[in-house]
Amino acid sequence: MEEQLKIDFEKNLKDFSYSDQEKKFKETNFKEFLKQGFPNRKLENWKFSDLNQIIQSNIGELTFYNDYKKENQIDKIELISELEHNKIIIVDGKIEKIDFKFEDQDKIEVLVEQGEENIRENINSLINLNNAFSNKFCKIIIKKNYSLKKPLVIYHSTNKNTQFKNTNLRIDFKLNENACLRLIDIFKDNSEKNFLNIYYNFEIDKSSILKNYKIDKSINNNVKYSYNNVKQQVNSISETFILSSGSKFFKNEINCDLLGQHSSAFVNGIFDLDDENHHEIKSNINHLVENTKSYQLVKSVLEKKSKAVYQGKIFVSSEAQKTDGYQLSNAILLSENSEFNAKPELEIYADDVKCSHGSSSGSLDENSIFYLMSRGLNYKEAKKLLINGFLLDVIEKITDEEIKNLIKNLLGVKE
Amino acid sequence: MRDKQIEDLKDYKYGFSTDIESFKAPKGLNEEVIKFISNIKKEPKWLLDWRLKAFERLKVLKEPDWQKPKYPKIDYQDLYYYSAPKSFKDKPKSLDELDPKLLETYQKLGIPLNEQKRLNGIAVDAVFDSVSVATTFKETLTKQGIIFCSISEAVQKHPELVKKYLGTVIPLTDHFFATLNSAVFTDGSFVYIPPGVRCPMELSTYFRINASDTGQFERTLIIADKGSYVSYLEGCTAPMRDENQLHAANVELIALDDAEIKYSTVQNWYPGDKDGKGGIYNFVTKRGLCKGKNSKISWTQVETGSAITWKYPSCILKGDNSIGEFYSIAITNNHQKADTGTKMIHLGKNTKSKIISKGISAGFSDMTYRGLVDISPKATNSNNFTQCDSLLMGNKCGAHTVPYIKNKNSDSNIAHEATTSKISEEQLHYCQQRGLNPEEAVGLIVNGFCKEVLQQLPMEFAVEAQKLVGISLEGSVG
Repeated sequence: MEEQLKIDFEKNLKDFSYSDQEKKFKETNFKEFLKQGFPNRKLENWKFSDLNQIIQSNIGELTFYNDYKKENQIDKIELISELEHNKIIIVDGKIEKIDFKFEDQDKIEVLVEQGEENIRENINSLINLNNAFSNKFCKIIIKKNYSLKKPLVIYHSTNKNTQFKNTNLRIDFKLNENACLRLIDIFKDNSEKNFLNIYYNFEIDKSSILKNYKIDKSINNNVKYSYNNVKQQVNSISETFILSSGSKFFKNEINCDLLGQHSSAFVNGIFDLDDENHHEIKSNINHLVENTKSYQLVKSVLEKKSKAVYQGKIFVSSEAQKTDGYQLSNAILLSENSEFNAKPELEIYADDVKCSHGSSSGSLDENSIFYLMSRGLNYKEAKKLLINGFLLDVIEKITDEEIKNLIKNLLGVKE
Repeated sequence: MRDKQIEDLKDYKYGFSTDIESFKAPKGLNEEVIKFISNIKKEPKWLLDWRLKAFERLKVLKEPDWQKPKYPKIDYQDLYYYSAPKSFKDKPKSLDELDPKLLETYQKLGIPLNEQKRLNGIAVDAVFDSVSVATTFKETLTKQGIIFCSISEAVQKHPELVKKYLGTVIPLTDHFFATLNSAVFTDGSFVYIPPGVRCPMELSTYFRINASDTGQFERTLIIADKGSYVSYLEGCTAPMRDENQLHAANVELIALDDAEIKYSTVQNWYPGDKDGKGGIYNFVTKRGLCKGKNSKISWTQVETGSAITWKYPSCILKGDNSIGEFYSIAITNNHQKADTGTKMIHLGKNTKSKIISKGISAGFSDMTYRGLVDISPKATNSNNFTQCDSLLMGNKCGAHTVPYIKNKNSDSNIAHEATTSKISEEQLHYCQQRGLNPEEAVGLIVNGFCKEVLQQLPMEFAVEAQKLVGISLEGSVG
């Protein structure tokens, strides 16, 4: 694999016109990735899965070069019809279309050149891989006091012929003071056996609101990894919702730094898994100043040989007095071969805090099924109704009505 | 009155050392030293081979480093692995022959070895550095067929039992400290309860580290045969010294069909001074195996001492319908650090486990609860309940919770909850309004916080533990 990596990296550098600064940045990241390789079980964050093994068994040998000059067809991609939206269409890690037709054009700025200093933090080897191979970064800036009228939908798609390929995408978002963005990620896979690596950077200024909904519903054989890095200032709110269902493997990582007072972060997720799918959510909420709040709720319904992992962490630094942190995960195992692993973690250095977590996993409650069946439902209906209610809890946490309905329809969950 | 009591207790009262000539193995860790230990204990060949096998394994093992409390590297060649009072070269036959200085030491620690002087029916095995000094109430126990002696004695008198069970729960190759212990263990207790016998009294071991530059590596093996019951308690203290001393013990429990073992620990090793200098490194491996059907193992621990506590008393629930329990209070103050918790491994059907952990950190200390609940695919209808609460006092200390929860069986349930908070102003205000001073109020609230665990201790020790909880937190309020 190392040979392939080196060849593809050289080709990538040669074919596209990167500035010296960009080249240097890519080279450092590439070296770091070569050193570390794909994450394995030795890393605490990957305790329950070995990415190397997952790639080997689901994909085989990967290639890393992507032709960013090639025009990809986008008219075949099925768009959401239920709601009006702005869109960004991505094929194989390349941004094919950016369309903000519902917005005031002067309020949104899209930088495609690599502009300011990049964030140089060494996060993990997959981010290094992303930085080394992704196209020029795209930065979307929402100007002060502007709320987008319609949500922005990012379609992640793969080309029909793309296979055994690693595609990388990085987008940076900046929400200036008092701005508001609703962002939906939707996966539309047209081919199989690829490894998608997505890295978002969010800077959320004073009093801004970010809502990010990730929807992975359509069944596909791709392996996916997504990393959200969120930095929040005073009074800001971030809301992340993850519907994790369709892909073969999907790991969502959320890192959220609460840097300003009275900022709050919400992470909600649903694992709705079937077959041999293996999905994970890893959250890292860092309470770094006083009076911040976080809330996490993750529910799982696991069929057949599926496996879900939830690793949620709340960190409270010694300055962060009056922190309110809460975390809950529930799982229903429907098949004897399904598996749920959780690692809800608290790391606390301040005393005046209220932090708690809860986790439960088990089978459907036989008494509830009995109750429903005694009222005339058959077993299947009773089971469906109970799961419905179970998942509805999380969906009700979505603060945006339009999007809530969209997700309800997608999941077939009724009130 | 109470103020005076506090004044008396503020200092670590077990910090004295006994000036007694000791007889040591040469410094360092090598084959010679292991042979020396084995030779002096007149061990059979199989045990020496077993030790050497562990030593071979130790050469390739690496010291683990994933734990939260970090410590300076230990030089294993700079330790004495065997230390015994000189008068022990020829083992005294009875208490009359025992060095009076030793008797005095235990008297001072509040553990009279003279049977008549004991008020309550507790049989004690006293371990001083590397050797067992005396075991009380032996005769009473022997009548019922109970074997309670030091492990060296058991090797001589009951080799078949030792050979059969030693290393079956904690294998030779387990991890660095367990393997180190297997190679150089010196003494400890051995308990065998025959089928159908309910042990009439509490059995207890009292560990004391006296000599400097020594590591204490004791090994305890408790076997409860079919349908038997035993309650066992261990206590520990050490003199105040500036250097850090290593304590790496292995404890193995085996419960056969319908047997029950209750293991309680009141750990009060020297925690180091206010600036975090000195103190014991308490790196202990404790594991119980519920081998038979309907067996039960229950761990209760009150951890107040040690500079670093790093241990996870675990239960392997192999037999169907077996039960594992873990009750823990861990208190850290000043610069103490603790990384403790449990592992519940469900293998058999209908197995149940319960974890109650209470952590209190004050001063500059750091406390971690780390636990594993693993329900394997075959453990149908199993249940686990975990509750871990932490209390913080001041913003210089830390409290962390790191549970690992693995459920691979759809007919089993796991529930876990954890909270972290401080003592609320309302509670304090309420108590103070009724005439308690702030320290008393905190003591009362903390005792309430720990009550669930304290209740699990044998009655005689519950009182002592309650006091200890209060003492450990002195100076952390206000």
